[in-house]
Amino acid sequence: MTGPSDSRVVRVWRGDADDGELVDFQVEAHEGEVVLDVLHRIQATQAPDLAIRWNCKAGKCGSCSAEINGRPRLLCMTRMSVFTQYDEIVITPLRTFPVIRDLVTDVSFNYTKAREIPAFVPPPGLGPGEYRMAQADVERSQEFRKCIECFLCQDVCHVVRDHEENKSAFAGPRHLMRVAELEMHPLDTADRVPAVQDQHGLGLCNITKCCTEVCPEGIKITDNALIPMKERVADRRYDPLVWLGRTISRRRD
Amino acid sequence: MTHLVRRILAPEFGAHGVHSRGRAAIGSGTVRLDNWWRAPAATTAGLLVFLLYGGFRAFQQQYFFADERYLTPFYSPCVSLGCASEPGSAHFGMFLPDNPLIPYAALSLPFLLGFRLTCYYYRKAYYRSIWLAPAACAVPEPHATYTGETRLPLILQNVHRYFFYVALLVSLVNTYDAIVAFKHPTDGFVVGVGNIVLLVNVALLWCYTVSCHSCRHVTGGRLKHFSKHPVRYWLWTKVSALNTRHMLFAWVTLGTLVLTDLYIALVAAGTVTDLRLVG
Amino acid sequence: MTDTERHEADVLVIGAGGAGLRAAIEARERGLRVAIVCKSLFGKAHTVMAEGGCAAAMGNVAEKDSWQVHFRDTMRGGKFLNSWRMAELHAQEAPDRVWELETWGALFDRTADGRIHQRNFGGHTYPRLAHVGDRTGLELIRTLQQRIVALQQADHAETGDHESRLRVFAECTVTELLTDGGAVAGAFGYWRESGRFVVFTAPAVVLATGGIGKSFQVTSNSWEYTGDGQALALRAGADLVDMEFVQFHPTGMVWPPSVKGILVTEGVRGDGGVLRNSRGERFMFGYVPDVFKGQYAQTEDEADRWYDDQDANRRTPDLLPRDEVARAINTEVKEGRGSKHGGVLLDIASRLPAEEIKRRLPSMYHQFKELADVDITAEPMEVGPTCHYVMGGIDVDPDTGATAVPGLFAAGECAGGMHGSNRLGGNSLSDLLVFGRRAGIGAADHVGGLAARGGRRPAVHDEDVDAAAELALAPFARAAGGVDEDGAAGENPYALHADLQRTMNDLVGIIRTEAEMTAALDRLAGLRARLRDVVVEGHRQYNPGWHLALDLRNMLMVGEAVASSALRRTESRGGHTRDDYPTLDARWRHRVLVTHTRTDGPADPVVPRVAVDVAERDPMRPDLFALFELEELEKYYTPAELTAHPEGGTP
Ligand SMILES: Cc1cc2nc3c(=O)[nH]c(=O)nc-3n(C[C@H](O)[C@H](O)[C@H](O)COP(=O)(O)OP(=O)(O)OC[C@H]3O[C@@H](n4cnc5c(N)ncnc54)[C@H](O)[C@@H]3O)c2cc1C
Ligand code: SF4
Ligand code: SF4
Ligand code: FES
Ligand code: FES
Repeated sequence: MTGPSDSRVVRVWRGDADDGELVDFQVEAHEGEVVLDVLHRIQATQAPDLAIRWNCKAGKCGSCSAEINGRPRLLCMTRMSVFTQYDEIVITPLRTFPVIRDLVTDVSFNYTKAREIPAFVPPPGLGPGEYRMAQADVERSQEFRKCIECFLCQDVCHVVRDHEENKSAFAGPRHLMRVAELEMHPLDTADRVPAVQDQHGLGLCNITKCCTEVCPEGIKITDNALIPMKERVADRRYDPLVWLGRTISRRRD
Repeated sequence: MTHLVRRILAPEFGAHGVHSRGRAAIGSGTVRLDNWWRAPAATTAGLLVFLLYGGFRAFQQQYFFADERYLTPFYSPCVSLGCASEPGSAHFGMFLPDNPLIPYAALSLPFLLGFRLTCYYYRKAYYRSIWLAPAACAVPEPHATYTGETRLPLILQNVHRYFFYVALLVSLVNTYDAIVAFKHPTDGFVVGVGNIVLLVNVALLWCYTVSCHSCRHVTGGRLKHFSKHPVRYWLWTKVSALNTRHMLFAWVTLGTLVLTDLYIALVAAGTVTDLRLVG
Repeated sequence: MTDTERHEADVLVIGAGGAGLRAAIEARERGLRVAIVCKSLFGKAHTVMAEGGCAAAMGNVAEKDSWQVHFRDTMRGGKFLNSWRMAELHAQEAPDRVWELETWGALFDRTADGRIHQRNFGGHTYPRLAHVGDRTGLELIRTLQQRIVALQQADHAETGDHESRLRVFAECTVTELLTDGGAVAGAFGYWRESGRFVVFTAPAVVLATGGIGKSFQVTSNSWEYTGDGQALALRAGADLVDMEFVQFHPTGMVWPPSVKGILVTEGVRGDGGVLRNSRGERFMFGYVPDVFKGQYAQTEDEADRWYDDQDANRRTPDLLPRDEVARAINTEVKEGRGSKHGGVLLDIASRLPAEEIKRRLPSMYHQFKELADVDITAEPMEVGPTCHYVMGGIDVDPDTGATAVPGLFAAGECAGGMHGSNRLGGNSLSDLLVFGRRAGIGAADHVGGLAARGGRRPAVHDEDVDAAAELALAPFARAAGGVDEDGAAGENPYALHADLQRTMNDLVGIIRTEAEMTAALDRLAGLRARLRDVVVEGHRQYNPGWHLALDLRNMLMVGEAVASSALRRTESRGGHTRDDYPTLDARWRHRVLVTHTRTDGPADPVVPRVAVDVAERDPMRPDLFALFELEELEKYYTPAELTAHPEGGTP
């Protein structure tokens, strides 16, 4: 974008679960605006029923997730100035979840998965106000708690994006990270390592890092959550000696 | 060209993945217009060059020891009976049979290969570039089914930790090689360009090895309470800082390995002469 | 009225922010079946955006802190108009509510000895805000959300059904409360996704719908803040109080235009940031009002020393309560000392090392970098006032959150009284927890009491459901007619909304006059007429135009409540500043303005008309009154009232 105000063509996918198409809108874009501003202008002047989710308009709530030129992004944190006058701007809904209408998708998958992760288990006998934790000990989990649940990582992860059939076996990066968060919580007393592999599908992740690439909070999901969890599983499962022992005993029965 | 590549790499697959029922019917598997195929293409090229060069050199069994003191990392430790062809190159004895199919460093090379093959970074690199799972983010992968690292053989990736331990030993050996290279059998203590090359190479190899995710885990990552283990916590913060550059070290060391080896091979072949800086 | 989807619960909680979730948790822990309804997805409520922290006198950083000091700060901040009972409960219970979050997994920033760290904020005597960087609201809502999941998991283990006792209805908007003989019986709403209607029946309903900021043009609030709870309560027969008090946060972004109003946390100033005008002066030193004289530093040196030694020095006037700072900025800009884009400069870059800024204020750093291309570690931010919070709200019983309508409770920002004429930063998050819990108990006791008395549960009447459905569909009905009888095209809801926002911003904004407010009421009357002609396009499935058309009903009702109350209060106090009555007036201190629906005159079912009455606030309990120095009270109270003080005023 060059001048303080420009007229641009923005292609927005409109449709529902049955069918849809990319619709071109000719719309003004002013200096400093983000893609969400432009979509709001389309809503106010051309397509009042254009369905979009948003709340905070400041990258804090994770509502406005969509795909811009094929990449999962927050509509409110993508400035129009990143596109040149000649760039095409194509806005589509998240493509891993069922679409409801226009840019709004059914993200209930993520809430279902959240419910499958066992909650924090506090230490017995420690009352409210008695918790003592060092800053160094909470920092790792705090990074993961920055998550705004935009589900962009869940959307981009090829394990479910490209394989619908994996949805039942795979919690997705956001929730695998939640397991890591609790595992690293200095006062959580539950053992989460067997389940992360067996129930939440950590083994399906091939650490290709797309989740990290799209995370608007800049959380190093793969390096700081997923790989450390894989290492914890390795501690427990893939110590060659332990493994050998188990394989032999399994052969025997 | 772009379009052709895109069509080959991202074919449309019936009602799979992004075309599953209920998902937005957008037609093309990806609407990315940027040159997303460049990164995987470059990775493939880079890995291929290294494998070809490394494979050739590992079996060449010539030009691996220069100026009676420089041993290339591709032949370290030199433990084949064949190492006798270059007196002084075997620092740890000679016991493997001399056979064209057995590299002189057959004791370390398989482990180093295993270390890099199971490395979390290289896994990402070749899963993306060679296996195309996925070639780039939000670009559909061309496989009908996907089981990740849950089954044989890929489940074996989990043994990375043990390759790391061996790699530590090999790094010690490489360090020893770099140090003894300062001692010329006749001239005594000398410093040549080759010494610098070996030192830089070994330093970067350490960076790569120590920045390993398994290393990060065993030094401190596995702890729940950093505050109770100040020394390990300190170590962990240092390893973590290096770890953020693990990918960089992975590529840089491929480069330095090739360059170091090439330099030694050229000196050994007499094509270039090693410049003496001291002695 | 045939096939509307129906759900039954013991307690219906409308709103899934901090207050709603805390209420739901409490009611569920007391064994009741709870339904939670919210307009957005679960976990996206406004609470998620809170930045700075949650005030609670835990005394972790300043040992001298206590609930009494917190109580005094709250009353002072609200200029002694607060419901003192709410302020008392709030100050006493906030620490327990914060500690409880830890047992549910919250991870606040820590002190060196491992306790919850607390930061400085405007109007708080001691560092008191529990926080996580500048994303405290996210921590709070996520913890409550995860607590709900934990309870659902426990229910699943027991009954095989996650939702047997706690069920969340997300993206579902309530448009009307349903009553039976004056008592609440349930609620009527629609699913945003499908546009289909849904009826909830419950003998107790907790309103926790948050604020009204979306009626103003420059605001830190999201589309959700359309005053739904306030309007629902009014229409069901409850009262609102203190609606003239709207907080304009002094530091919102001013540039670029599209982000104007987005909040810059007070934590920036709490951590050392200072305000400067275009001449580089720290102008706040010139704006310490008489009532706060002696409590704030008079020189820059003293103010700077205060960050390190809070006992020997007084705090910087940059941390005066929000109403004072917002007015000061307004004056600076008006008198020509503003920044390039009509704000003032907030400078943290020259006060803290870059790394420290990024560590303490990561999301501010990110926000400015991404949205304004400003690196706050190198340059100052441009800031100006933005509509942020409404102190007024539904009139509730301090102890239980009960409203005048049997079975109807309210908590959080939509309830009034707690903050008086001005809220202190950080007092909202703690308010949500304290009064959310209390409303949960209130609702549970109400349901229990009903059962104990063998009382019949109020029933939903079909004709009420039909009427609500008809009102909700009216904008489509008009669309089907194409044009109305006069042949004029229908009104666009977005245009109507923009007009409403401009009216409220320009005429009932930060500085008010009688003429402007009278004009505002006229304009609102015009908008009320136009609302009847609103037309929406398309169908009912996820149609934001339609949603806005329905929200406008509430915004108009609340707008009238604000403007009418503001017109009535002929003094300046806290979040209400009158150009024509520029000073505090002790005779207004004990008076609260109560808004209720009007029963006289022509009825308007779309936007029922409101009226404002004056009521008296109960005098403060003597033991609480005695917590203040007589000298301070003299600045606020009439001499006659001061005779109640133990040191006794001279009558
Ligand atoms: C940017 C920003 C920063 C802030 N920072 C702080 C801070 O640092 N410290 C502090 O103490 N306070 C802060 N506040 C204020 C505080 O965040 C809010 O006052 C508080 O979160 C309100 O919480 P609540 O539970 O009352 O409502 P909310 O969290 O707003 O929740 C309202 C809920 O009601 C639902 N709802 C509304 N209408 C309907 C309807 N018709 N039908 C169904 N559901 C409905 C919404 O969907 C939502 O779930 C900040 C506010 C903002 C905007
Ligand atoms: S790193 Fe793992 S979880 Fe993340 S996107 Fe890739 S496969 Fe999915
Ligand atoms: S981890 Fe990042 S990308 Fe994933 S949901 Fe959270 S904020 Fe979004
Ligand atoms: S609207 Fe909240 S993240 Fe974009
Ligand atoms: S060497 Fe790359 S992760 Fe271990």
